[in-house]
Amino acid sequence: MSDYLPKQCGETLRDHKPIGWDGRTLKEMLEESERLFSETGHYWGLRTLPLKTNEPIRYEKIFAKLRGGLVNARETAMNISASPIVSEIGELCFAFYTPEGDSVALSTGIIVHVHTMSDAIKFMVRNDYEFNPRIRPGDIFSNNIPKIGDVHNSDVQTFVPIFWEGELVGWAGGVTHVTDIGASTPGNVPVGPISSYEDGLALTANKIGENDVVFRDHEIRCEHGVRTPMFWKLDERTRIAGCHMIRDAVERIIREEGIDTFKQFIREAIEEGRRTFIQRIKETTVPGRYFCPNFVDLTFKGERGLPDYAAIDTLSQAPLELTIGPGGEFHLSFDGTNKWGFHSFNCPPSAMQGAIWVLLTQTVIPNDKVNDGAYLATTHEFPPFTLVNPVVKEAATGAAWGTLIPAFTGLVRALSRAFYARGYVEEVLSSYGMTMNAMQGGGKDQYGRDTGILNFEVSCQGVGARAIADGADYCAAMWNPEGNMGDAEVWELLIPFIYLGRCVKPNSAGLGKYRGGSGYASLYAVWKTPDLVMQNCGDGNTFPSPGIFGGYPSASGYRHNVLNTDLLERFASRLPYPSREDDPADSEISRLVKGDHLFDCRTLNYPYRMNHGDIYYSIYRGGGGLGDPLERDPALIEEDLNGDFVLPRYAEKVYGAVVSRDSSGLWRVDASATEKRRGEIREERARRAVPVRDWLATERERVLSGRMIKEVRVMYNQSMDLSTRWGKWFREFWNLPDDFRFSEAEDEG
Amino acid sequence: MRGVSGMPSYDRETLEMLIDGKLSWQEVRAIMGSFKDPDRFDKIIEILQDRVEWDDRILLPLALHLYIVQKPDGSRVVKCDCGYEFGDWRQNWKLEALIYVRDTEEKLQEIYPPMMHSNPEWIQLREYYCPRCRTQLEVEAVPPGYPVIHDFQPDLETFYQEWLGRELP
Repeated sequence: MSDYLPKQCGETLRDHKPIGWDGRTLKEMLEESERLFSETGHYWGLRTLPLKTNEPIRYEKIFAKLRGGLVNARETAMNISASPIVSEIGELCFAFYTPEGDSVALSTGIIVHVHTMSDAIKFMVRNDYEFNPRIRPGDIFSNNIPKIGDVHNSDVQTFVPIFWEGELVGWAGGVTHVTDIGASTPGNVPVGPISSYEDGLALTANKIGENDVVFRDHEIRCEHGVRTPMFWKLDERTRIAGCHMIRDAVERIIREEGIDTFKQFIREAIEEGRRTFIQRIKETTVPGRYFCPNFVDLTFKGERGLPDYAAIDTLSQAPLELTIGPGGEFHLSFDGTNKWGFHSFNCPPSAMQGAIWVLLTQTVIPNDKVNDGAYLATTHEFPPFTLVNPVVKEAATGAAWGTLIPAFTGLVRALSRAFYARGYVEEVLSSYGMTMNAMQGGGKDQYGRDTGILNFEVSCQGVGARAIADGADYCAAMWNPEGNMGDAEVWELLIPFIYLGRCVKPNSAGLGKYRGGSGYASLYAVWKTPDLVMQNCGDGNTFPSPGIFGGYPSASGYRHNVLNTDLLERFASRLPYPSREDDPADSEISRLVKGDHLFDCRTLNYPYRMNHGDIYYSIYRGGGGLGDPLERDPALIEEDLNGDFVLPRYAEKVYGAVVSRDSSGLWRVDASATEKRRGEIREERARRAVPVRDWLATERERVLSGRMIKEVRVMYNQSMDLSTRWGKWFREFWNLPDDFRFSEAEDEG
Repeated sequence: MRGVSGMPSYDRETLEMLIDGKLSWQEVRAIMGSFKDPDRFDKIIEILQDRVEWDDRILLPLALHLYIVQKPDGSRVVKCDCGYEFGDWRQNWKLEALIYVRDTEEKLQEIYPPMMHSNPEWIQLREYYCPRCRTQLEVEAVPPGYPVIHDFQPDLETFYQEWLGRELP
């Protein structure tokens, strides 16, 4: 990971006393740790866990103290400082690391960063920070570069080294998701950058303070570098305060337990984490191969101001393949993924690890004993020069989540197939809702201050359907299981918008025997800003949250914003105004407001100007469905209809329900008539369907002739070019010539 | 409820209510928050076996309605609970299914409101039905021309011999 950066270490600085254990440098510790793991398969070669075995109560007490210190740091720091997306939504996390950078324990929160901060610490170790710029008591370091160790550039990390009697005993690490990172377009998932030089403020694991005080030049640099310097400062103080609280907790544990016991404990805790993960895999899954590809659409064609090589539409595949081996080996491959691109959706390996982490902690290891032991129990394949490992320095990464989120639905579906086969039906989930629309922009707020906007309502989406129940409605985000939608009144204070309405979005969930959790939607009026640009960010051409076992994917997004409206005149005249859009085929927004309607599937676009009184509509997504919709319980269909989760005509068409309204206006489902109608639909299925083998013959002709749009043909060519294995599989499946490639001409489709 | 090993163990009635979605969230939550019951696999197989009308021995639940079963002649096939057999368990069962492809806006709008579905030129829906009972067993969301996805290829022998500690029947 450090190959592209010059070594900072100068031999002349090697006159200082090493700060690692037993007279070693940190780099020597890291190399020995890796050698011992390679030789023995055990963390630091620990074949036995004597502390845990001989003093189990003491061992658990130390873990509880450390974990308690981390959670306490998070909760306290969040409430004494922090920007609104941190304090309202909980976009922060703290963890404790070994001297060489392996995580031992973590707090609650955005636990995606368990391993990303590990990468950043190891970057500092491998680049000899011990010698230059030196690592000393009271130092503060900060990083936000995914190629070093992060998910995307707006996740800013702070590290504080913790010393005991001259030795580094570990690191406190904290991360918050900041409001704006100063990229070429505003917000914290900026879609504007087409190279890393436009990703915004770059903290490349820099030393930003000494003696517990932040350097003033660092603060000035950040004030100039981001659009929301006040929020930036609040978040930085939150991270530092939390890290210092962790330092206090660790020092207290060492005083109580002794340094030798503490050192033994942190290594045993990681080895225990590794063993527990393997044990859990063998207890709850089935060995084998799971293949769950998903697809990412990026639409920049026609965007003014972009160079021609960036102003294109692309479809990329993330062919996630999970192999669980006889010994509980857990190998994740993305072989066949498409090429990295001139956009900000590229994901370096550290970002990929982050996504693996956040999902494993919600599936395989949903407990408080999460650390890098589980990382050591997994292997992965992120092919170079692809969207999931761009390698090249210039690849922008500011919106890496836009790739990660759809790509990793496959991991949930793969594990769910395993849990189902093993009989643990309560753990089965269809795919989580895509965390979009990212409502983003910037300019001046209603008080005339510079602002960068990303409304963190986005951390509240529908969850996938379960094998025994519907998915949770407007619940959380895959990257923050504690996320929520926040208070409308708070958002109205923070961004120049007022709410016209906020309610469930009908048909946003994937339908099935059990439906996914529904998303919701917010309708806003732009309010009292003299200068604002806004954008939508999300999926419009794909189904990013597939269903499972016969359930449908959740709905895709669309855009309905209105410029140059008559809304203010309506307010003045006390005329009706829109508050929702239950059915885009019968749009309340279209009916109740005049103006220039941007009503289309262009859900990913560059910022454009919006003015006081314009309308912005933000749809948050639902989760995928599970099982044949014709098996849905009529009582649940009634709840769908009476709760506005499903439009009546889709209850009829998809569920086969025969519905009517009773005298009180409530929807009722006629169970016996529904059963009859479902029988008819099954007969219709038989009439319209064909045997797969017959369909394959005609579909092969389509593939051979290349009758598909250019974006799809380019996607296949890239996968075949980048992966011999994937290309062989594709060509063999369709019985194509060994040298088969698609034409990439515009007019082939 | 505790089993002989001190680990949780649930009676048949509880497990039947669990798989039928009839336990309360509080009851499900308690099961999810506990250690896993090691005898679950055998108990679920027993329940599923009793629910189907055929006698072939279920070796593994593959998906809702689908099982890998052992035939009297020793062969192993993928079978629907209606009795339809999709052929050798190592092959992708979808190749022996019926398919309906939603590749136009009109077809997609039978499932989704306008604009709330994929662009069918980018992503189409492939519905796979059982040829006998016409149950919708899987839905793929893939670009035109994507090979049929083989979702899950279990390592049945390793699972039985090394993880369950017994020979495959």
